[in-house]
Amino acid sequence: MATPQQPALKDITSAPASNAAVSRSRLCKLSAKNINFFYGSFQALYGISLDIEANKVTAFIGPSGCGKSTFLRTMNRMNEALRNTRVEGELLIDGENLLAMDVTYVRRRVGMVFQKSNPFPKTIFDNVAYGLRVNGVTKKSVIEEAVERSLTHAALWTEVKDKLQKPATALSGGQQQRLCIARALAVEPEVLLLDEPCSALDPIATLKIEELLFQIKDMTTIVIVTHNMQQAARLADRTGFFLLGKLIEIDDTRTIFQNPAKKETEDYVTGRFG
Amino acid sequence: MASSTYISDLLRREPSKTFWGRLKGGDELSYPITLACTVSILLIVALIVAELWSHSQATVQKFGLGFLTSRTWDPNDGVFGALPFIYGTCVTSAVALLIAIPLGVAAAIFLAEMAPPKASNLLTFLIELLAAVPSVIYGLLGIFVLLPIIRDYLVPALRAAFGYVPLFSGPFYGVSLLSAGLVLSVMVVPFIISVSREVLLAVPTDQREAALALGATKWETTWDIVLPNASTGILGSVFLSLARALGETMAVTMVIGNTPKIAASLFSPGYSIAAVIANEFAEASGTLYISSLIFLGLVLFGLTIVINAIARILIIVTTRTAA
Repeated sequence: MATPQQPALKDITSAPASNAAVSRSRLCKLSAKNINFFYGSFQALYGISLDIEANKVTAFIGPSGCGKSTFLRTMNRMNEALRNTRVEGELLIDGENLLAMDVTYVRRRVGMVFQKSNPFPKTIFDNVAYGLRVNGVTKKSVIEEAVERSLTHAALWTEVKDKLQKPATALSGGQQQRLCIARALAVEPEVLLLDEPCSALDPIATLKIEELLFQIKDMTTIVIVTHNMQQAARLADRTGFFLLGKLIEIDDTRTIFQNPAKKETEDYVTGRFG
Repeated sequence: MASSTYISDLLRREPSKTFWGRLKGGDELSYPITLACTVSILLIVALIVAELWSHSQATVQKFGLGFLTSRTWDPNDGVFGALPFIYGTCVTSAVALLIAIPLGVAAAIFLAEMAPPKASNLLTFLIELLAAVPSVIYGLLGIFVLLPIIRDYLVPALRAAFGYVPLFSGPFYGVSLLSAGLVLSVMVVPFIISVSREVLLAVPTDQREAALALGATKWETTWDIVLPNASTGILGSVFLSLARALGETMAVTMVIGNTPKIAASLFSPGYSIAAVIANEFAEASGTLYISSLIFLGLVLFGLTIVINAIARILIIVTTRTAA
């Protein structure tokens, strides 16, 4: 399991400079057009426009309160659960504005994993099966197959296959977070959003999650918010830097960390502030 | 730095060994004092049981455990049995909960999950006021408002729909087990709403978000995830209500009919343990009569304990399977 991310790690640091023509031809999964976001009268996001490439890992970095999580939660319209919020602009998924779609349909296509692992107080099996059941899958064999597949993708199957009927809350913190990833993967989302998924985990559990994200990126498009710049460097194909509600720049991860276009980005990634 | 000299003098002073000095420090005296408070509660409970037991000896010696299963309550002949009262108490409480649980939980879901917070707080305040209304007022409400409604609308409707079931047949005089159950349900529903709402609000937001993020609707999230998370607390509110319903005296005696009979129909009058004690104690003559009423008190106490024990076991079992 440790091998796949090794070449990718090298990729970031030693591959030749990117080719602009290649990057333009990449398939765009999600596209934000001038997104403004308001909590009441407080504006949290200012005119965010960016493209998320399909089957790539995109990381958002930036200091606390910079709006990266808010933007992430706009992409599956999670912020709508909060009162008194408003979003302006367009968010296109495969060219269609998801802000105008049925919200449950959006969330089925754009899954999410949260900062703190939040398994339901149900069995391990029922946790993973919930997304399928709530979306109308009733056939037992289909559910069982999907649960096994998702747990395998989340690198949890071998650890839990003998205790699927045990409560999910009995798992360790890292296992719980992988269970939450499995739960999100079960409905086969086209995009998977992760909001600082490793911030409460130790380095070994973090490594496991990073490995599994590498494994699943050909299945889904991954967007991850992280406080940990090394994590962004290890994981992401593309990295966006947020500051004070604005997207300062987004580019290939190597460019962001080695040759950023903006002074603010350079200051942040070199540790001059933040 | 004069002030800092003062503080360092103070801090280097030996702790006072007087009674008040030790009380201020806390550690040595807090243990016996808090222990004494706890023990005093247990003593009060033990005292109640002992007193009830010693004063009901005449009945215990005459009827033994048969008192609990005897259907006859005839003070003139000196024959006493508790079953009609146990029956009336249990049936009215059951009717009350059957109505109050769905009503209360549904209202709590609305207040916690759907209503705007400001409206929810205002409504909850008004609902909690209902819990402060004296029970005699509920009795009056029952007599003047509920009884006519039950007589004119509910009973004919129930009779038309379920008249073939003994539970909903027979004549209706107004005062009845059904009326008492309905009044009780109005009385306990504020408890269920208020406690359940608090419990629902305490369910972590991340549980809701996890379900929503999987494409669940708001209602599916509430039903599948939030309610199971809150089930223990909601069950707690139900048993709080049950305790109140079992022991309620004034409102029940005003509408239950005060007839020591066991009838299958909810339309017929009945009697509850608390009501018979309140009604007959002052006029009871003879040792056996008084001791029978006191023994009834012990039965009510035991009933409450048994039901609470069942509740605790239920809660332990459900939380074990859930968490």
